[in-house]
Amino acid sequence: MRKLALSDEILLKVDKPARYIGGEVNSVMKDASEIEIRFAMAFPDVYEIGMSHLGIQIIYDMLNLREDTWCERVYSPWTDLDAVMRREHIPLFALESQDPIKDFDFLGITIQYEMCYTNILQLIDLAQIPLKACDRTWDDPIVIGGGPCTYNPEPLADFFDIFYIGEGETVYNELLDTYKSCRREHKSRREFLEQAARIPGLYIPAFYDVRYNDDQTLAAFTPNNPNAAKQIKKQVVTDLSHTYYPKKPVVPFIKVTQDRVVLEIQRGCIRGCRFCQAGMVYRPNRERDLDFLKTYAMEMLASTGHEEITLSSLSSSDYSRLEELVTFLIEKCDQKKVNISLPSLRIDAFSLDVMSKVQDVKKSSLTFAPEAGTQRMRNVINKGLTEEDILGGAMDAFRGGWNRVKLYFMLGLPEETPEDIEGIAVLSNEIAKLYYTIPKEERPGGKRVDVITSTSFFVPKPFTPFQWAAQNTNEQFLEKQRYLNGKIREQINHKSIRYNWHDAQTSQLEGILARGDRRLGAVLLDAYRRGCLYDSWSESFHYDWWMEAFKANAIDPDFYNLRVRSCDELLPWDFIDAGVTKDFLWREWQQAQKAVVTPNCRQHCSGCGSKIYKGGVCYENQD
Amino acid sequence: MKIRIKFTKEGHMKFIGHLDMMRYFQKAFRRSGIDIAYSQGFSPHQLISFASPLGLGLTSTGEYMDIIVHSTGDSKAMIERLNREMVEGVQIISWHLIEDETKNSNAMSILAAADYAVTFKTPALPDALMAERLSGFMEMEQILVEKKTKKSIKTVDIRPLIYEAKCDGPAVFLKLCAGSVNNLKPEVVMETFMRASGYEPDLMSLNICRLEMYARAADGSLVSLDDLGREIFSGTAGAKELSAEAPELSSARAEG
Repeated sequence: MRKLALSDEILLKVDKPARYIGGEVNSVMKDASEIEIRFAMAFPDVYEIGMSHLGIQIIYDMLNLREDTWCERVYSPWTDLDAVMRREHIPLFALESQDPIKDFDFLGITIQYEMCYTNILQLIDLAQIPLKACDRTWDDPIVIGGGPCTYNPEPLADFFDIFYIGEGETVYNELLDTYKSCRREHKSRREFLEQAARIPGLYIPAFYDVRYNDDQTLAAFTPNNPNAAKQIKKQVVTDLSHTYYPKKPVVPFIKVTQDRVVLEIQRGCIRGCRFCQAGMVYRPNRERDLDFLKTYAMEMLASTGHEEITLSSLSSSDYSRLEELVTFLIEKCDQKKVNISLPSLRIDAFSLDVMSKVQDVKKSSLTFAPEAGTQRMRNVINKGLTEEDILGGAMDAFRGGWNRVKLYFMLGLPEETPEDIEGIAVLSNEIAKLYYTIPKEERPGGKRVDVITSTSFFVPKPFTPFQWAAQNTNEQFLEKQRYLNGKIREQINHKSIRYNWHDAQTSQLEGILARGDRRLGAVLLDAYRRGCLYDSWSESFHYDWWMEAFKANAIDPDFYNLRVRSCDELLPWDFIDAGVTKDFLWREWQQAQKAVVTPNCRQHCSGCGSKIYKGGVCYENQD
Repeated sequence: MKIRIKFTKEGHMKFIGHLDMMRYFQKAFRRSGIDIAYSQGFSPHQLISFASPLGLGLTSTGEYMDIIVHSTGDSKAMIERLNREMVEGVQIISWHLIEDETKNSNAMSILAAADYAVTFKTPALPDALMAERLSGFMEMEQILVEKKTKKSIKTVDIRPLIYEAKCDGPAVFLKLCAGSVNNLKPEVVMETFMRASGYEPDLMSLNICRLEMYARAADGSLVSLDDLGREIFSGTAGAKELSAEAPELSSARAEG
């Protein structure tokens, strides 16, 4: 029996001890004495969230295919265990071997959202690794970060040895081979990092110097090491049907957020919504083969025993062979008594038909994401969804038996006017009204409709056309929320509309960190020292502590959020080549301000720049 | 047809709670491909019922669950098949056919008693003294314990629910009333005993293992849940019969 890192006394005192014991079905055990590279892959949030992440499962599987490498998992200890580990000086450990992370070769951290940044510091700190990269020695693991937030890694630059820009399947093997040879040849840590810097897609922040102008904007961002490239080019997998994908994902003991088989059908998106970072940085759009998906779906269901399978992509309706895939899954899953969940489907006759087959219409709700309340505003954000689509889809849904509709909107989008906000209330009302045009005896679900309208606050992100835009202040956010709430109450069908909203302060901090620069490292460290942790959990979020940290470091948070940036400003993330060009993004920003729609990739190529990756509709269609 | 499965839950699995054990088995049954029956509806679930939840931190070498299957192989083959899907700490010990398909035979409803072995991580008392104190404890006419419910605190006499308590070297053996009417937890007995014997009750210092579970036979004696079913042998007339479809699923579903 493996020896656990934590005693029975500790495990029986903390909430959900199964988070810390490993040993799950399909977790990979190896003999550490036969391993050259120990790799700890971390998700900086609680186990239930981290275990739901597909990217880690892919890399875990891929790295464990190597005989010289053992990749293990680690997640943020919850606050109860965090306190115990600090008090008793227990070093952070990996789930599989239960060995201390500080003895590993690599600590890989996936960075999925800005509000987990203090949890990153927690992981490094609890692992008893020096927090700052400059203080680490060859005895410490190499701390490497990946994931969407690395498209602006600068606020985290102090804490990472390497950032991996792009998809994990591409250069990890090269990096590990380089590491192994450096260790064998007794090269120094710095020599290893220099060699790593020559691998495409790897960014070593210590090899760059930053200068600032008097107005606080960036003056220059320059390599200080001959091995460091001026531009770091995002790495992507060209052929998604001939690459790594787990056949035996780890099956958690406790219920996690994504407690099902996840089948990633494609990457990228043809839509080009101007607020959406994923839609820009994951370009070009690449589909997986139907046969690949069928095989993996069946193998993963057999190896995990999960009772549900879900499709993953940014816009499943755009997958060109969706109908065949779904027909196949419905048939197989019916035999196996497996449920199918189909998120991110556009509501139309096909999807309603499919959904009525896979879910209980009476108990489920339909989701629309119009994102904005008026057509003009939807044109600004390039959301190719018309009022006709929404109302038509809703009517079809009511006729199909649904009587619960969820609507998602954003407040604080660029160019937003009071009419656009009111438009959210009006559209919600129109949908409710539509339901009541159906004769009483034909109405589904007992004569009443439930419209659930939710708003989140818009946060501009790097590598989107809105990267130059100003974010709203907290006061503006709250005022808009109040205004919308009032407008909803004025609607005739307001009793059928439920309004949910999000916290404004979280969005403020998210915005600062999303478009921040290296100077924020000091603030981050300060906030962490003040006790900030689990910032994405409202019960543990302390906005005031963050604001104190900004003050103490003489950094003005508004500089990052409230400015409209100019065309010629050097942005902290400009050194990354994410495929989409700055020219394209600027053109889109201009089109947004004129409320002009840009066609999607299937309709017309807009020359975003991602074609160089030899993928996407434009590349496939060029012959 | 109804199958009773006996299994162990040891080692690190003591940190997995009851609901998660149910989820664990549901997934294991799917992986193994056994012919388990499902409920009807949009999200069909397997027809499984556990005899009795085991508290977090306790181990067991005698856990039970009843499942409904459409067909089965012989017991030996089914045990092997399931054990291929188990993690360290969980072992399937038996696979027995329960002839009575009504809910009167459900492990959960017929459970009457359970055995436990309690050991101390660091010996609290010399063995002889412990044995003396324990027999003194058992000679009490009443053992009153405060039981907290959501609304009030109630005093209960647990003495009649302790069927047996004796020392076995450094370990304490307990036979306690169990089931849906009166379920006495071994932790409660040990805590009360330790306090009555004059030392600080520290549940963390105990290893508690459930050994066996019983139903009460018509003559009043206790019979292990396992003995109420029968092993299925290969090639027997019985085994052939068993591979036929179970006829009345709907009645079986009501039991789950």
